[in-house]
Amino acid sequence: MELVLVILIDGLVYGLLLFMLSSGLTLIFSMMGVLNFAHASFYMLGAYFAYQISRYMGFWPGLILAPIIVGLAGAAIERFGLRKVHQYGHVPELIFTFGLALLIEEIVQFFWGKNQVPYDAPDVLQFALFSIGTNEIQAYKVFMIAISVLIFLCLLYVLTKTRVGMIIQAALSYPRTVEALGHNVPFIFMGVFGVGTALAGLAGVIAGPQLGTFPGMAFLLGSIVFVTIVIGGLGSLWGALVASLLIGWMTTFAASYNVAMADILMAFGFEMPEDMSEHALRDLWTLTLPQIGPILPYLLMVVILVFRPYGLFGKRDA
Amino acid sequence: MIKKTRLGVATALAVSLGASVAFADTVKIAFVDPLSGPFSPTGTNGFAEFQYAAEKLVNDQGGVLDGDMFEIVGFDNKMSPKESLIQVQVAIDQGIRYIAQGNSSGIAHAITDAINKHNRRNPDDRVLFLNYAAVDPALTNDACNFWHFRFDANADIKMDALTDVMAEDENLKKVYVIGQDYSFGKSVAAAAVRNLSEKRADVEIVGNELHPIGKVKDFTPYARKIVSSGADAVITGNWGADMVGLGKAIIDAGFEGPIYTYYAASNGITRTFGEQGTGHIYLVSEGAVNPPASDRTAAYVEGFEAKYPDHDITQPRIANTIEMLAKAINEAGTATDVVKVAQALEGMEHDSIWGGKLFMRPDDHQIIQNVDIQEHTSEGLQFYMDASEWGMKLVSEVEMAGMDSPTTCKMKRP
Repeated sequence: MELVLVILIDGLVYGLLLFMLSSGLTLIFSMMGVLNFAHASFYMLGAYFAYQISRYMGFWPGLILAPIIVGLAGAAIERFGLRKVHQYGHVPELIFTFGLALLIEEIVQFFWGKNQVPYDAPDVLQFALFSIGTNEIQAYKVFMIAISVLIFLCLLYVLTKTRVGMIIQAALSYPRTVEALGHNVPFIFMGVFGVGTALAGLAGVIAGPQLGTFPGMAFLLGSIVFVTIVIGGLGSLWGALVASLLIGWMTTFAASYNVAMADILMAFGFEMPEDMSEHALRDLWTLTLPQIGPILPYLLMVVILVFRPYGLFGKRDA
Repeated sequence: MIKKTRLGVATALAVSLGASVAFADTVKIAFVDPLSGPFSPTGTNGFAEFQYAAEKLVNDQGGVLDGDMFEIVGFDNKMSPKESLIQVQVAIDQGIRYIAQGNSSGIAHAITDAINKHNRRNPDDRVLFLNYAAVDPALTNDACNFWHFRFDANADIKMDALTDVMAEDENLKKVYVIGQDYSFGKSVAAAAVRNLSEKRADVEIVGNELHPIGKVKDFTPYARKIVSSGADAVITGNWGADMVGLGKAIIDAGFEGPIYTYYAASNGITRTFGEQGTGHIYLVSEGAVNPPASDRTAAYVEGFEAKYPDHDITQPRIANTIEMLAKAINEAGTATDVVKVAQALEGMEHDSIWGGKLFMRPDDHQIIQNVDIQEHTSEGLQFYMDASEWGMKLVSEVEMAGMDSPTTCKMKRP
């Protein structure tokens, strides 16, 4: 029982982290119709910039400055790169972002090397806030939750209560009409891209100390972010949140409980083969839940695509 | 007629002599390991250690035989077995007779197999395989051959030594074994369970699990399980980002005991663990340098750190490899007839630069050496790692570990 509580908290931390990445991506995706393959690379850049800043000024300036730098870089890339490619259609855009992801990884390796860098949580947050049973919950985790929830509330407010948010929402569904009304849609695109990448950067800043800051971090998280926005539904903030939390809890629970396939099969009345080494289905018999945990989100995505192609909260087709 | 023949013989002799002299000026050793890609930090670090060892331990001492110099030639195998075999062939075509490789037992299997075949088919052109880090026990057991020499303690020997030390801890009641889901992770887990049950039947294995290699984003759930299981100690064969991720998550979750590892040092790992790792991270390895065994050891490490400030001596056995090869070539009196060199290496005893003795067991070509348990700390260090304030310090040493370990090797000798 104690473990369930701990896992709920851990899953929440991971889920909210995914949300920060997917919220930006889902806005960019639904607005421009382009899968930004480099989105997770901005997450990595956020972590590395924050690490570099933290070496001179400590953690806190990095928390503010790094996402801003990443956002500005994102906006510049949209303005001078993506927008130029946009007129040639979606495939060149896709290839552009894919190339960008590779480029950013090489740049990171060039400047910071291939090894993990010692980017750590600030000392004031490096203590166990409370324990559940023998498991300690670090203060930094609670801090991560707080930041993510704050970001979600801000986004929700901006998108639903302000004029800017309304224009963005309108541009999501009817970009041509919004343009005809005299709004500068390319500028909105740039702004959304910049804010989306800044959010990814912020996710990197706070996840770097927790999940490690190394050149493979973008690749590790890249694919799961796409799964999140497909499950959640394109352009939906709530969808991104629900899908992120769902995936966060699902993978965390799956990794925590050693449910063995053998037990399930035996519960269904199958008999366990005596000599497993020669058995044709031995891979199935020896399977455990933590082993299949990483593919569960993908499985969920397939199911969602079959039964609800718009995603959980989506309103229109991808 | 007779005169003519004599002249012919003399010319042939002169030519062959000239050829052999030209050949013997340098003894080339092919270093076949990843020098590009995600695994290149380990590869380039090993390459630097080989170059330094060849320079300091052989060339500066006047070389081997009549002043022949060692030269290390790098071949990038991109961490792929297929590419490795191509590179080994390129090295052989260039007349290189010594192949050194270590990263990944899978690649070592491919190379040892290829060299075995090559030597059978080309008796005039044979090569030796100096395995300095691939630790799969099979390489000196079922898959052994005469041309393969392993200068690292294999995974079983390391685990044997590690569990010897663990077994002395009377407070140890519960152990958690966790590793990456592939052949090496599995063999570490199997060896841990086997050794612990033999040495301390009262110790309970409270967890034995494998996680997907290089795919886990967040190690927290694994850490929670470990803490909840009430384990007193953790054993893992993880390396790279999986090692750091797992280690940090376990310590963050409030784990108090030691984490015994195979590879939690240098290559950014020591620096990343930093203060957090103190009192938690232990390493089973050879050639501890804190404290250094002798002035010679200290001078060697100092020289290396000065010449390669970005690298550490992560694989002390590389110095052993070079020294023993040089000794074998001198004893054999030739660097080109590798059968004689191999025979000299077999059963060789040598005083290691790291202190202690080395013995190349003739039955299976597995080196027997002292295995050290070291701890991650910032205190009492003479040498640091990753240009940080932390390093590894000797805690205990198992002398000539695995001297009587069994082997199933049945070697065919030329």
